[in-house]
Amino acid sequence: MTRIKVNGQEADVAVTTISELLVARGVEPTARFLAVAVNGSVVRRSQWSSKPLAPGDNIEIVRPFSGG
Amino acid sequence: MDDPLLIADKALSSRLFVGTAGYPNQQVLLDCLETAGPELVTVSIRRISLEGYAESLVDLLGGRYRLLPNTAGCATVRDAVLTAQLAREALDTSWVKLELIGDRETLYPDVEQLVRAADELVRNGFTVLPYCNEDPVTCQKLADVGCVAVMPLGSWIGSGMGIANPAAIELICSRSPVPVVLDAGIGTASDAALAMELGCDAVLVNTAIARSHDPRRMAAAMRAAVEAGRFARLAGRIPRRRFAEPSSPQLGLIGS
Repeated sequence: MTRIKVNGQEADVAVTTISELLVARGVEPTARFLAVAVNGSVVRRSQWSSKPLAPGDNIEIVRPFSGG
Repeated sequence: MDDPLLIADKALSSRLFVGTAGYPNQQVLLDCLETAGPELVTVSIRRISLEGYAESLVDLLGGRYRLLPNTAGCATVRDAVLTAQLAREALDTSWVKLELIGDRETLYPDVEQLVRAADELVRNGFTVLPYCNEDPVTCQKLADVGCVAVMPLGSWIGSGMGIANPAAIELICSRSPVPVVLDAGIGTASDAALAMELGCDAVLVNTAIARSHDPRRMAAAMRAAVEAGRFARLAGRIPRRRFAEPSSPQLGLIGS
């Protein structure tokens, strides 16, 4: 298990990539309008299945919402 | 009348920008957008629910409108820049409505950080439209670092207080080298018309429509108001006089 932080919450996960993390969270990695940052840097969609996650990674998964 | 608004060499068909938050339901939002007829529509960027994923309203809007992501709620340069970068990735747009909030209660911009964030984003290739104070010096600084427009506040976000300092807005409009979009504070249609009459190039409205008793009707009112205000501005108001001047002819009065 790897301890990471996802959207502000600590989590122990068995996944190794962003794509796997999304699937484990019920999010289809091909869904439109998603964006991901790891440790304050955006990770392009093309790298979601290749870039390995490391212990302590701080991951933000976002999408557009209503706003003014 | 063909009167497009040019921002960053992009011709926008409408001078009314509309926010998407706080409507009674999605259908009302869609109807309001249809009625108001904006080209630019603002959205926020937020963490997804980790309980599962569902199609969102933005999926419906994406094809019909040009989505302008904001950095609402960000209080540091770092968070605002990262939010803009995430927005660019999520929505495939370099445009961003930059908000950098200095105070949670009044939602006033943190001017010093705002200018720094704008500078950094422009250097990173973003097309930056900053929400800012109604202060000509701040607006000039934002234009100087390369913002494509400035978005001074009429009054506090969501307050409906209208344009608290019309003289300042008029001054900004007369000096600004980039388009001026009045953002925040609009309460009703006459506020939007006044903004345009003062020389604003466009108006962003959200709460005044969304929280109106009849949002669809207010959307129509805002559209008409922005158009009326723009026409009046182009036509030119008559000077104010401190005396009466008869509009009917003075010759040919009976009884003389």
